[in-house]
Amino acid sequence: MTAPVLEVEDLRVRLRTPRGPADVVNGLSYTVGAGETVAVVGESGSGKSVSVLALLGLLPARVATVTGRAVLQGEDLLTMPPQRLRQVRGPGAGMVFQDPMTSLNPVLTIGRQLVEGIRAHGDVSKQAARGRAAELLREVGLPDPERALDRYPHELSGGMRQRVVIAIALSNSPSLLIADEATTALDVTVQAQIIDLVEKLQDEHGTGVIWITHDLGVVAGIADRVLVMYGGRCVEDGTVDDVLERPAHPYTRGLLGSLPDLAAPVGPDGEVPELTAVPGLPPPPTDLPPGCVFWPRCPVRADPRCETEQPPLAVVSRAAAAGPGGATASGAHAGDGAGLPHRAATWCAEEEVPRG
Amino acid sequence: MGDVLVSARGLEVHFPVRGKGKAAGVLRAVDGVDLDVLRGETLGLVGESGCGKSTLGNALLRLVPPTGGSVTFDGTDVTSLDRRGLKEMRRRAGMVFQDPFASLDPRRTVAQTVSEPLEVHGLRSGKRERATRVAELLELVGLDPAVAGRYPHEFSGGQRQRVGIARALAGEPDFLVCDEAIASLDVSVQAQVLNLLRRLQRQLGLTLLFISHDLSAVRHISDRIAVMYLGRIVEIGPAAAVGSDPQMPYTQALLSAVPVPHPAKERARERIVLRGDVPSPSDVPSGCRFRTRCPYVFEPCDDVDPALQPAGAPGQLAACHLHGVEGTPVTRTPEGVTADP
Amino acid sequence: MSIQPTPGPPPYQEPDGERRPETPEEPPGGSPQRESRPPPTLRPARPRWQETLSLLAHNPTAAIASVVLLLIVVVAVFDDTFASEGANEISVTDRLQPPSWEHPFGTDDLGRDILSRVILGASVSLRVGFLAVGFALVVGTLIGLLAGYYGKRVDDVLMRFMDMLFAFPAVLLAIAVLAVRGPGSGNTALAIGIVYTPIFARVTRASVLGVREEVYVRASRSVGASDWRILTRHILPNAAPPIIVQTSISLAFAVLAEAALSFLGLGTQPPNPSWGLMLAEGRGFIELAWWLAFFPGMAIFLTVLCFNLLGDGLRDVLDPRQRTQMAGGSRAAGAAAAAETGGNA
Repeated sequence: MTAPVLEVEDLRVRLRTPRGPADVVNGLSYTVGAGETVAVVGESGSGKSVSVLALLGLLPARVATVTGRAVLQGEDLLTMPPQRLRQVRGPGAGMVFQDPMTSLNPVLTIGRQLVEGIRAHGDVSKQAARGRAAELLREVGLPDPERALDRYPHELSGGMRQRVVIAIALSNSPSLLIADEATTALDVTVQAQIIDLVEKLQDEHGTGVIWITHDLGVVAGIADRVLVMYGGRCVEDGTVDDVLERPAHPYTRGLLGSLPDLAAPVGPDGEVPELTAVPGLPPPPTDLPPGCVFWPRCPVRADPRCETEQPPLAVVSRAAAAGPGGATASGAHAGDGAGLPHRAATWCAEEEVPRG
Repeated sequence: MGDVLVSARGLEVHFPVRGKGKAAGVLRAVDGVDLDVLRGETLGLVGESGCGKSTLGNALLRLVPPTGGSVTFDGTDVTSLDRRGLKEMRRRAGMVFQDPFASLDPRRTVAQTVSEPLEVHGLRSGKRERATRVAELLELVGLDPAVAGRYPHEFSGGQRQRVGIARALAGEPDFLVCDEAIASLDVSVQAQVLNLLRRLQRQLGLTLLFISHDLSAVRHISDRIAVMYLGRIVEIGPAAAVGSDPQMPYTQALLSAVPVPHPAKERARERIVLRGDVPSPSDVPSGCRFRTRCPYVFEPCDDVDPALQPAGAPGQLAACHLHGVEGTPVTRTPEGVTADP
Repeated sequence: MSIQPTPGPPPYQEPDGERRPETPEEPPGGSPQRESRPPPTLRPARPRWQETLSLLAHNPTAAIASVVLLLIVVVAVFDDTFASEGANEISVTDRLQPPSWEHPFGTDDLGRDILSRVILGASVSLRVGFLAVGFALVVGTLIGLLAGYYGKRVDDVLMRFMDMLFAFPAVLLAIAVLAVRGPGSGNTALAIGIVYTPIFARVTRASVLGVREEVYVRASRSVGASDWRILTRHILPNAAPPIIVQTSISLAFAVLAEAALSFLGLGTQPPNPSWGLMLAEGRGFIELAWWLAFFPGMAIFLTVLCFNLLGDGLRDVLDPRQRTQMAGGSRAAGAAAAAETGGNA
């Protein structure tokens, strides 16, 4: 793999709220390579959406304080002037949001919205831009793209609208595509179509993808690498196989245990077992616990430090077994994708036991 | 188990639509549904958005007036009930709604919400007794009774949904309809509510109609599963049979599209990706409703609307010509429809 | 079994006693503990009106507005005591005196003390305002509620009637009412009230149309609540905010409308003062003696402003969501954290 498309280092976001400052993202670091899909997983309030909105400068400056470094193709997104950031947003990073209806302007035709995006970032004639727009719609699998250009968003189905949004996001061939719960509002059969589409486009263009979702099932299908967020922190990351098949953090394990298993719903006794739900609620970002963020809900709590000391993101793979404590978060980032470490921020990482 | 508690025969719910330019059309949200919900069972009703599953759930309780067919609840015809009969029916049948943020009146306390059925049906006389009952109900759904005086906005989604369940249970119902009751909740909270519903169903001997688009959740909680497509039930049967060996091509596609959180299994799975969109319920295809997206369309599909007929496991029914009409499955590629290998 | 309503105990309990919900996984000894615990109340800890008042007191603008309004009302009620000088006594020697110690607001063209007349006018203007808006509020809200909730024919009939009233030029309508019933403050109030009824009907109907579709209304119907119950417990409270705002605005306009009608000679009859009439009378002297129009104008301005501020404050305070925020945000989080007991068990 070549140099990473995006390199995020120690990203922190603090929001001003009526209830005091909220630390929504607390020191997030990751890289996205070309053609790689990184899934950011978390429940609502985990800071997963805010973290990418912060990258693209889409948080209101009045409320949000963003620190850290986010290098997209050699340029730091967090320090660049607003004009430059606006230029970068199209060709650098495209974004797809959850609700395709609200990210499209209801009073403009699909064609107009696409053409606008294309012309904003390049000196193209209207005619050429329209041709390119039709081409894009064909690429995302919209039937009869020429006619679709003259239609309004409400005339399309949800899946078709999301395809249009993806077409707009891809209109300037970005090196990074950020999908924020892009398939959550869609039906599973349509979701399958969209995932197929994104994978296909990714193969063709080598786009790096950040796929933000709460759905671990989708993650298993699409991601190369997974980053589990909780309370604004990355609590576990690693390859998709490591994290989903051998989860180390009690939260990840709880999250996986919460999912009804379609493949094997019946336990050994012939009964459908109870789900091992995570009790309680995520902590409010205004009032994070002092020790491990997950401590208040954690069923393990096996270490005296849990309550008082924040666990670092440490390697938990076989190598880590030799040297307890493991490597710390900062040293783990190697540019190459091979041998990605499997890390978890917990005092209670369990031996590598594949979940059954 | 065994006898039928709620039963629909040829149930239709059609809504008039004001067409642009065209003459007023009809939206066939529910279009000829035969369904029996057995006493004490959990029946999962699964389908994609717009398939009419919510409308069906509402029509069973006459919260949406049916335009055709009949519904019986415990032997009584629901469609012809008078005001008092309807009120009693609504005591005996509770409903849990999808959005816990919208289903609780923001201006009423949790206790006022939960005690509404008690007041409406005069189930407990006196404020004190109602308060005691509310406390019982809140405990039953896993909430601290001390929060009774608080307003909905002070609670998280999962807690609100518990309040919604407590309200639905206040009338001591036999039948509980859960309309996408976990769809708006976080994953870990979904599991909490699923566990709660299962526990309550057993403990109170409830008959549960669990409506959801989430096949995994439906599979987890249900004894039987009914699959809906474009206003019609296209497959129904024991959960194990429908969940692992579906007989209707639509169910097969639906099942294969559900993502499984195991990367290895997910990679190994063969996914049937359906082409195109669900047709509009105001413009239902002739013949089999699924034929515009079905990978197996053949002769009779264009003209003959298939009925539910035994297929696969005992008790499993599917509405598909592959199981009724003579002839072998044909893989065809009509316009816009491709047969995936 | 059939679904006929049973008079005695509900049939549900008949099959067997065990089906009554009981908390299952409660540790032994849990039950007596629960019995000893006093049952929680169905209502918020503090009476609602008390909390409302205390919250209103914490909203500075609304608090000031209510104090000023209270003062105005007291003045209006005890106008005879405050307006010591005969407000209708003509004194040619004192005509058009600028404000002074003797006449703080000056005198008018007939030498009458303007302060006294403003005080007397308060009772007339406020009475007309309250009566008119009260009438419009009750009748209009009722019509809007029924039209919005039942829709279809009810809506058509009621709202077409309201449209008819609305389409009539307001002043003409008021004149017609007054022509039939004769002038006087009571009839003025009625006339203005009739003119404002369609506004309330429309505002209420629009608000009800939104609330009617809320899931909690369907939820309430699903447990068997009657239309009346749904209307009074769910729809009206939730549809109220725009009605409250409309009330405060209408109070302001009613005071001005009374002025217009008085100006036309249909409202308050001279020599009795009302703020509107005084404003109208002072109009001709605006260059010569500004105080004639200025002080009654200020009185109207102050009253109208206070009504609006109070209306805004009330709207906020009556919303439970805003309430919690005002009462201290941490409560919400506390409730959420404290709410779940053995939820996951």
